[in-house]
Amino acid sequence: MLDIKRIPIPALIGIVLTALFVLAAVFAPWIAPHGNGEIVGDVWEPMSAAHLLGTDNLGRDLLSRMIYGARITLFIAVLATALSFSLGAILGFSAAVFGGWFDTLLSRLVDLLMSIPTLIMGLVVLSVLPTNLVTLILVMGILDSTRVYRLSRAVAVDINVMDYVEAAKLRGEGSGWIIFREILPNALSPLVSELGLRFIYAVLFLSTLSFLGLGVQPPDADWGGMVKENKDGIVFGIAAALIPAGAIALLAISVNLVADWVLNRTTSLKGGRG
Amino acid sequence: MADTKAKLGQPKSGLLLDIRNLRIEATVFPPGEPPKDIVLVHDVSLTLEKGKVLGLIGESGAGKSTIGLSSMGYGRGGVRITGGEVILNGRDILKGGKDGFRKLRGREVCYVAQSAAAAFNPAHRLMDQVVEATLLHGTATRAEAEKRAVALFKKLSLPNPETIGERFPHQVSGGQLQRVMTAMALCSEPDLIVFDEPTTALDVTTQIDVLAAIKDAIRDTHVAALYITHDLAVVAQVSDEIMVLRHGRLVEWGGTRQIIKEPRQEYTNALVSVHEIEHQEQKPGTSPFLSVKNVTAAYGRSHIKVLKDVSVDIYPGQTLAVVGESGSGKSTLARAITGLLPPEQGTVTFDGRALANRLADRPKEDLRQLQMIYQMADVAMNPRQTVGTIIGRPLEFYFGMRGRERDRRVAELLDKIEMGKGFSDRYPAELSGGQKQRVCIARSLAAKPKLIICDEVTSALDPLVAHGILELLLELQKEENVAYLFITHDLATVKSIADSIAVMYRGEVVRYGPKGKVLSPPFDAYTDLLLSSVPEMEIGWLEKAIKGRRMASAGN
Repeated sequence: MLDIKRIPIPALIGIVLTALFVLAAVFAPWIAPHGNGEIVGDVWEPMSAAHLLGTDNLGRDLLSRMIYGARITLFIAVLATALSFSLGAILGFSAAVFGGWFDTLLSRLVDLLMSIPTLIMGLVVLSVLPTNLVTLILVMGILDSTRVYRLSRAVAVDINVMDYVEAAKLRGEGSGWIIFREILPNALSPLVSELGLRFIYAVLFLSTLSFLGLGVQPPDADWGGMVKENKDGIVFGIAAALIPAGAIALLAISVNLVADWVLNRTTSLKGGRG
Repeated sequence: MADTKAKLGQPKSGLLLDIRNLRIEATVFPPGEPPKDIVLVHDVSLTLEKGKVLGLIGESGAGKSTIGLSSMGYGRGGVRITGGEVILNGRDILKGGKDGFRKLRGREVCYVAQSAAAAFNPAHRLMDQVVEATLLHGTATRAEAEKRAVALFKKLSLPNPETIGERFPHQVSGGQLQRVMTAMALCSEPDLIVFDEPTTALDVTTQIDVLAAIKDAIRDTHVAALYITHDLAVVAQVSDEIMVLRHGRLVEWGGTRQIIKEPRQEYTNALVSVHEIEHQEQKPGTSPFLSVKNVTAAYGRSHIKVLKDVSVDIYPGQTLAVVGESGSGKSTLARAITGLLPPEQGTVTFDGRALANRLADRPKEDLRQLQMIYQMADVAMNPRQTVGTIIGRPLEFYFGMRGRERDRRVAELLDKIEMGKGFSDRYPAELSGGQKQRVCIARSLAAKPKLIICDEVTSALDPLVAHGILELLLELQKEENVAYLFITHDLATVKSIADSIAVMYRGEVVRYGPKGKVLSPPFDAYTDLLLSSVPEMEIGWLEKAIKGRRMASAGN
């Protein structure tokens, strides 16, 4: 059904790059030339045959750090996005379908959460709670789900008044069928485009948190944390900080290339077969 | 043709519009295939003299709007004029370039759209929009233009012509808005107006007023017009000549009388004779299986009752038609019966027991017995489900059918609606309008209901396609002994399908009984208005109908 020749080139680039990131993350211990916390050389050594990307502020191999960093970054971002989407979309759709006090209560609650800047909210919550992966994912996912809730509710409210939804209600269908079979497939396009963006926001948010010292704790580091570790080198003309920053940008672009392509396919009302 | 010319008494004058071998193309982008050009209009030629009206008629996709708009050099939505000449007032406007078009549009040629409600900018007052084109072209000062506009409002018999221009579009009714739009087109004193289905979206009772107003305005201002519609009876009232189009090709072109009385082409003949289905009225049975008793309903906690004390009965295997103009409460009656809008007072009894008022309180079995078909088949089907899923779902849901058994029954139903098994994998977007409505019929039949509520099911379809749907419904009624509650504003449809009729007016049933009795005199004032407003394919019908009316329509 999926013909590789028919995938547009930008999407193909996106797929290849994203796949590379994912492979690096999954097989990190086998790919990385050195250990994550292993000090192998001098501080901020330039790129060389021994250390392809040079070494970092403590003399650890930057390439190995990047590969392990991909693992942490992707793991947290993927789980946080998955959480925010399932939570946000299901609550948003339910609010649209049930309406009434359920909708009012949820919507006001979300307004309340959104009225506090996400970063400040995240900082406060994380500085109180013990910093580990689970709380990090939960905090990021729940904070992000407010945006997804707003979007999916708005989309579902429009779909909910369509005749085909009324027809399903007349047939006597339960809310499960209406939410997952009537509304979800039709709300997928805006949600998928949002998914690409939200995933990247999750990566950036995690990087911000780590940069501020509240995210992933040393000696582990995600890419944002690595920018922080190496930022002082920039003053001395050492590019070590730019490499993780570049990786974040590259990931952002390639994920969105894939999301755009998926979006194109899901918008087709003819099952994508022309 | 000669006689109509004489009758209208217009000064004999030269050619205004001469379209020669017009060819219009568009590029389509089928997903996964290279884009390709398709021809929408194949070498169509036409001429129009000053002060004459040419009717363009055909089903949707015939290219009538495309040809009409080409007279102002406009191609809608990426449509390109790739060949031929459009000669207006002696010059080929296609050679004029963008500047030429700008000088032409709104000055020499004006346009009246189908949906005036969508064509007016809701943020500006009517007067500002009516005089806009005149002021832009600098042909009159604002004061002059407004004076002209008021005179046109008067001519188009709009209420309060002096002050109606101060209102916003949402403050006037649909019929009035359509007339304001006509005034807008006439205001810059153009030579040609393109009317694109100006009355199609209106009720019959409103349509007749708008039609008369347009006709008078055309006569008095000596403007020429292209009148685009799919309703032959309407076009017969206003045009001197009629051009029949199909698939972007000319079928027949002739005087109005010749086209409607002596069509030469088979397709024209089919269009002319489309409405005639002979349907013998059945005697009401001994006991109705569904009775609506003294139902009163309102939306929200409003004091305005949309239904007032409505009582009707439906007999097994028979059709009750509910007729009335928009806002008369026809669809609300359907919503009350189905439980979507719980009535405030009154009951709906089914098989001798009262149905629960609210949809949520009704058992599955009751829901199965009452099915519904909607006006807009496009939005009544989930665009992400295949035809097989759409028809198969009631089978799964009500009868627990699965797998092969279900597929077999889906194939049977597809067969019943005269569509092949191959349609089962298609998505709604891959069906034509008529096919979509057929799938909706199959979906409701799948539940094996006793009653199907048909809410304006043929209103959005071309006459020929609608005809096919009506025949199918009658056929299925015979086979399955299903009853219909048929909601419509089209009396021709009622005549072909109903056994009994309820006429509704402002929420009340004003006339109710077997078809023969309801449709024979003496009539009450509203039924008379409704009956006399249905356009007949007869020259001079409009004048006769206006003269013979006993009351003005409510929604004009």
